[in-house]
Amino acid sequence: MTTHAVVPLRAPLTPERESFWHLVHAEWTKFRTVRGWVIAVLVTIVAITAFVFVSTDVSSGCNAVQGASSAATAVACPAQPTGPGGDPVQDVFYFAHQPVTGNGTITVQMTSLTGQTPVAPAGVVPDGGQAGPGLQPWSKAGIIIKENTSQGSAYAAMMVTGSNGVRMQWDYVNDTPGLAGRVSASSPRWLRLVRDGGTITGYDSADGTHWTLIGTAALPRLTSTVQAGLFAAGSSDDSDLGTLATGVFRHIGLSWPATGWTGTSVGGAGPNSGVPVPGTLRQGAGSTTVAGFGDIGPAAGNMYSGNGQSLQRTLAGTSSGLIPLIVVAAMFITAEYRRGLIRVSLTAAPRRGRLLAAKAVVIGAAGFVAGLVGAALALAVGTPLLLRSGPLQWPVSLLTEARMVVGTAALLAVAAVLALAIGTIVRRSAPAVAIVIAVIFVPWLLAFGPLAGQGGGAGGWELQVTPLAALSVQQAVPQFHQLITIYSLDNGYYPLAPWAGLAVECAWAAAALALAFFLLRRRDA
Amino acid sequence: MSLTARVAPPRYLLGQALHAEWTKFRTVAGPAWLLAGVVTLTLAAGTAAASTARCQSAACGLDPATVSFTGIYPAQAVAAVAGVLAIGNEYSTGMIKVSLTAMPRRLTWFLAKATVLIAQVLTASALAVAGAALAGRLILPGHGFTSAHGYASLTSVTDLRAAVGAVLYLTLIALLSLGLVAAVRDSAAAIGLVLGVLYLFPLAADVVSNPALGRHLDQIGPLPAGLDAQATIKVKGLPLTPWQGLGVVALWTAGALLLGALALKSRDA
Repeated sequence: MTTHAVVPLRAPLTPERESFWHLVHAEWTKFRTVRGWVIAVLVTIVAITAFVFVSTDVSSGCNAVQGASSAATAVACPAQPTGPGGDPVQDVFYFAHQPVTGNGTITVQMTSLTGQTPVAPAGVVPDGGQAGPGLQPWSKAGIIIKENTSQGSAYAAMMVTGSNGVRMQWDYVNDTPGLAGRVSASSPRWLRLVRDGGTITGYDSADGTHWTLIGTAALPRLTSTVQAGLFAAGSSDDSDLGTLATGVFRHIGLSWPATGWTGTSVGGAGPNSGVPVPGTLRQGAGSTTVAGFGDIGPAAGNMYSGNGQSLQRTLAGTSSGLIPLIVVAAMFITAEYRRGLIRVSLTAAPRRGRLLAAKAVVIGAAGFVAGLVGAALALAVGTPLLLRSGPLQWPVSLLTEARMVVGTAALLAVAAVLALAIGTIVRRSAPAVAIVIAVIFVPWLLAFGPLAGQGGGAGGWELQVTPLAALSVQQAVPQFHQLITIYSLDNGYYPLAPWAGLAVECAWAAAALALAFFLLRRRDA
Repeated sequence: MSLTARVAPPRYLLGQALHAEWTKFRTVAGPAWLLAGVVTLTLAAGTAAASTARCQSAACGLDPATVSFTGIYPAQAVAAVAGVLAIGNEYSTGMIKVSLTAMPRRLTWFLAKATVLIAQVLTASALAVAGAALAGRLILPGHGFTSAHGYASLTSVTDLRAAVGAVLYLTLIALLSLGLVAAVRDSAAAIGLVLGVLYLFPLAADVVSNPALGRHLDQIGPLPAGLDAQATIKVKGLPLTPWQGLGVVALWTAGALLLGALALKSRDA
């Protein structure tokens, strides 16, 4: 009788089975074979896309769409002037000008800039603005050389501002600082513009003898004869009252032959325009006073702009898409705990960190693809719907559109990884899902809610430090520091730069993942 | 001799079901932690909001009750989890089979669950809201919420209504969750649904640019409707009156409970 040693059957461990991608493949199989999870990811895509039908239903302002059936009743929007660069601009101010031909110089001394907001009729509380005297931070008056008096024409200007010192601005989007501090009779500001062909150079001075170069504007298409002169613009915030800025000019020096000032309300004035009454030009002994409403600059969400809609409206469904994705991502690990599958998984892949990493890769990829498809569809479907109500608030380049779509995909992917990490930490479905949804949505609701603007002001802390800071990747309208616009959530502006917001969300996910990794290795499964 | 004759036939009374559910509640640590979470979050967030809120003028437009009850935003998520887990845990552990064997009258069992949940959440949220209101009463007058700015008293009938509204709101949300989890039988899906319904309506209302549609969303969403029940100033301008707001939340809850009861009655467990 012979005895045979019993050799246990054991599959040799091949290198492939040790590999990380093998583990990823196993997790992918787990994911795709649960029908409910796949359906939930499809719901994510549908929720993002379908929301455009709600978010693009614009029925206020000049872009009114009174339902698809009676679109003909929509009020026509005022034509949006565009600047030399093709960007939408606001170009509304009071201009005391005279035609000048060829090269030359204009110099003034400014001794005063005051602002006045008309007092609201009794009982009317201005929306966010203060009634009564008040200079806005970007109220401005100064000297300007402009191609002609029509809106959107090329220009370069030197100006004093309410609280931003002396500035040189040209062609609507460019802004360079000069002397700081407010202008007054005791600290006057001297401003000078020198035209040399297609180049205009700005100087400022505190005493009229020592001049400092502030900036050089290249305006290559400037015609030989242009309008040079004095201007004022109140640059109001979003209150519908407007601010009247009044500048006092002395020692006006023109190197060109003087022909006398003509006062023009650039952009018009009257009850149907953004400017209630025309500005004024008063020429006294030794001093000239110019007063005007309006603003000169890019038309990005200001009251003088065309009121267009921002393209990021089409991606407003991201929030509804997040919820099913978060549920699935948390369950991707909590279901293993509930069923005891985690023991099998950890027996098959004893290196626990790698298991978590593999799950993160799979659920992150699922979130990314869902976000990519959903956002691309939403943009494709939503853009024509949005354009029914008029032109976009700001033209969006293909690169920006790509950033919005890819950024949204990344936002969903990182949120899914965050949910997976929280699920690993708490190991139970309902608390994990509730924690992630609350962490993401409660700060957002508070940012919009009845306490909005308290303490934080425009762009509160809520969307700077919480995961949804990542929504800034959807920002379609650039922010210009030289505009008085309420850069608030309600107007579609997020407080952080696009990728900075996404980095905040990544930091949350990374911290949660680190804690999950630590706990998964340390605890019994 | 028959053995069966000596055993009294079971009668499946509601009282027995209540006693059983109450025993389950008090012998498991989870629900107590959740209730503590409701109290802590309501108090902490409310105190933090009251400490940072400033009313500079009569036109500041801040509602002291809304400030004090800021904690309701996160606390309702915890109340929802309590509602979801009351039945969700039975499904996830398989306990539901034992429960329904012991109490075959499913609707009686469901009613007992709901009653015990009401008792828990009502108590916890009453404590939480009372504490938050007290904190607001102590802190807010020092932050500009004075009679000079139009806040005559922070203990009027209106403020009492706001507090009652907040307590009832939290309780109704827990019940809404109970109904939904009975309908879908899965904790994660149920909590996702509840929080989606709660949080997405106000966000959608803020995003839509059509003011009429936004107002409708604020009227039908349970969270904004529940907030209307907690308002003490500018009540006239709200999309709903306070009691209408609470009524909308109650309708959502009734709908969810009905759905849950029907599913429970007609389906295998």
